[in-house]
Amino acid sequence: MSGHSESILREPLITGKDITYAQITEEILSPVENKPNRAWWIGFILALCGATLWIVSVGYTFWFGIGAWGLNKTVGWAWDITGFVWWVGIGHAGTLISAVLLLFRQNWRNSINRSAEAMTIFAVICAATYVVSHMGRPWLAYWVLPLPNQFGSLWVNFNSPLVWDMFAISTYFSVSLLFWYTGLLPDIATIRDRATGVRKKIYTIFSFGWTGSVKTWQRFEAVSLILAGISTPLVLSVHTIVSMDFATSVIPGWHTTIFPPYFVAGAIFSGFAMVLTLMLVVRKVLGLENYITMFHIESMNKIIILTGSIVGVAYLTEFFIAWYSGSQYEQYAFINRATGPYWWAYWMMMTCNVISPQLLWFKKVRLSIPATWILSIVVNIGMWFERFVIIVTSLHRDYLPSSWTMFYPSWVDVGVFVGSIGVFFTLFLLFLRVLPSIAIAEVKMILKTASEQSKMKLIKEGHLDKEHVAEYVESLEKFDSVKQEDYAKI
Amino acid sequence: MSNIKYILGSFGDPDEMLHGIEKLQENNISIYDVYTPMPIHGIEAKLGVKRSRLDIAAFFFGITGTITMLTGVYLATVVDWPVNIGGKTHFALPDFIPITFELTILFCAFGLVGSYYASTHLFPGRAPRVMDLRATDDRFIIAIDAKQNTEHDKIDELLKGAGALEVKHNERKYLSYE
Repeated sequence: MSGHSESILREPLITGKDITYAQITEEILSPVENKPNRAWWIGFILALCGATLWIVSVGYTFWFGIGAWGLNKTVGWAWDITGFVWWVGIGHAGTLISAVLLLFRQNWRNSINRSAEAMTIFAVICAATYVVSHMGRPWLAYWVLPLPNQFGSLWVNFNSPLVWDMFAISTYFSVSLLFWYTGLLPDIATIRDRATGVRKKIYTIFSFGWTGSVKTWQRFEAVSLILAGISTPLVLSVHTIVSMDFATSVIPGWHTTIFPPYFVAGAIFSGFAMVLTLMLVVRKVLGLENYITMFHIESMNKIIILTGSIVGVAYLTEFFIAWYSGSQYEQYAFINRATGPYWWAYWMMMTCNVISPQLLWFKKVRLSIPATWILSIVVNIGMWFERFVIIVTSLHRDYLPSSWTMFYPSWVDVGVFVGSIGVFFTLFLLFLRVLPSIAIAEVKMILKTASEQSKMKLIKEGHLDKEHVAEYVESLEKFDSVKQEDYAKI
Repeated sequence: MSNIKYILGSFGDPDEMLHGIEKLQENNISIYDVYTPMPIHGIEAKLGVKRSRLDIAAFFFGITGTITMLTGVYLATVVDWPVNIGGKTHFALPDFIPITFELTILFCAFGLVGSYYASTHLFPGRAPRVMDLRATDDRFIIAIDAKQNTEHDKIDELLKGAGALEVKHNERKYLSYE
């Protein structure tokens, strides 16, 4: 593994001079082993306020029932399912990074997978809270499980996509958790072996007795690969099934076969946007510029432009098929989306998801951290509107014009949604404090092959093609963590 | 007879450690185990660790999930409580594919990770059997059983020659039992 080096034409995945294994441990664990700084506290208090709002809003919903929301008899599904689909979608990037990129041997995943997987887990938790709170009678939540009739209800309807969704989301959550935690074991052991006192005791329990012996590592890699192999179809199936909640119904605007691929692309799109929103801040605040480099940011931006364009094509295809189908209900649903009372939501979605991500074709935009960060938030807003448009505009004007109506959220709707963002950030900020935000062992693995210092060494040895070296040095220009002077000399 | 139980060669570089393993093996010195902060590819072949059979286990766990779901749904929709929906077939297989797939993955993942934890003795609260605290940080440790290999000076020399930064003679097997 460490015996051969990577091609000089590839950009380095770890920058900085004379980085040692000890330094990697030190730098990644510094937020875990030291007291939090002021930025963390400010973020945490804000997030906690949001989480409190969530508790209040969900508590209010449980006490007074779903009537506390802005739903009416025409629009019986609105912000709740919008929020649910939005969170599940965001979760997809973590699995994509940890599983799909592992299968494709994309080593740049090594420094972002841990946080992205944590993000997946917290996003799915937020999504799951929607499922429970929108049941109205959450104490009967176990009714979604296939339990025998003696429990008071019939068997669940196995033909129903909502039941499939229960299976999909719970499998997705538990498998993601296993994958994440197994990957964490070596890093928890690293913290354990450096800690003292009570901290050592706690991390000892959670490290499961990891030692890093040959057999454990070998089996560890086998397990990671198999888990990646099964998580890849899993992640695709999850959003496929979420889309079937709509696609298997007979509502115009929902009843389309394009939904599964279109939802999956949208999920990856919004997930990567959320990874960027979080990682750009984490990178700066925790000083991880050497591990999450401009190359990582550019790569994620490229995935965003790809999936964003797929989503754009899906929007247009949907519109075309509505016209081509000849079904006047289908046609009206789409005309109403773009020009009806919710036109602003539709065009918000189009602008944020299709038009503004096209800016990422420009290298300057792709490599600008402020621009990337703003665009990532714009994408998240756009993806929320996508779900809102699909759900509310398809429902609010049904077959009976006398029941046409608008949907207005109540404060509880807003509270649950804003609060869920608070819950998400509370969990994420706590994660940054107690567990390493970057997979330490996986970063160490690529230090000798794909780091700037190893490539520098190769250049100094001087057996390389001059053109290749020139191309490599040119590719380093985009890195904000690389000093160009170092290369001028050679 | 000395009280030394284990000799540890502590390397700062994985390639030097691999070199150390070769040197020891050339001199017929058996290696107890190797502890590293990250997976080192190729080392398992040198130490004769057998190929993992976890993939086979994972397959059978997955198949168990498939069978469980199909049987369960059959029992629920055909045997226990058949519901007549417009005369359609009770066992509507295409509808049950998504959930069967999910249960396959669920059983496969839990079975696989469970077998991994069981086979490598990982469980919450297990006392870590650590020989050198830096093996999870920046050192690559070769452990040699000092009772079986009695030529201690020669081992020291081989390890140092291969580039070991430190050679320890431990009188206790594990540091972590305190």
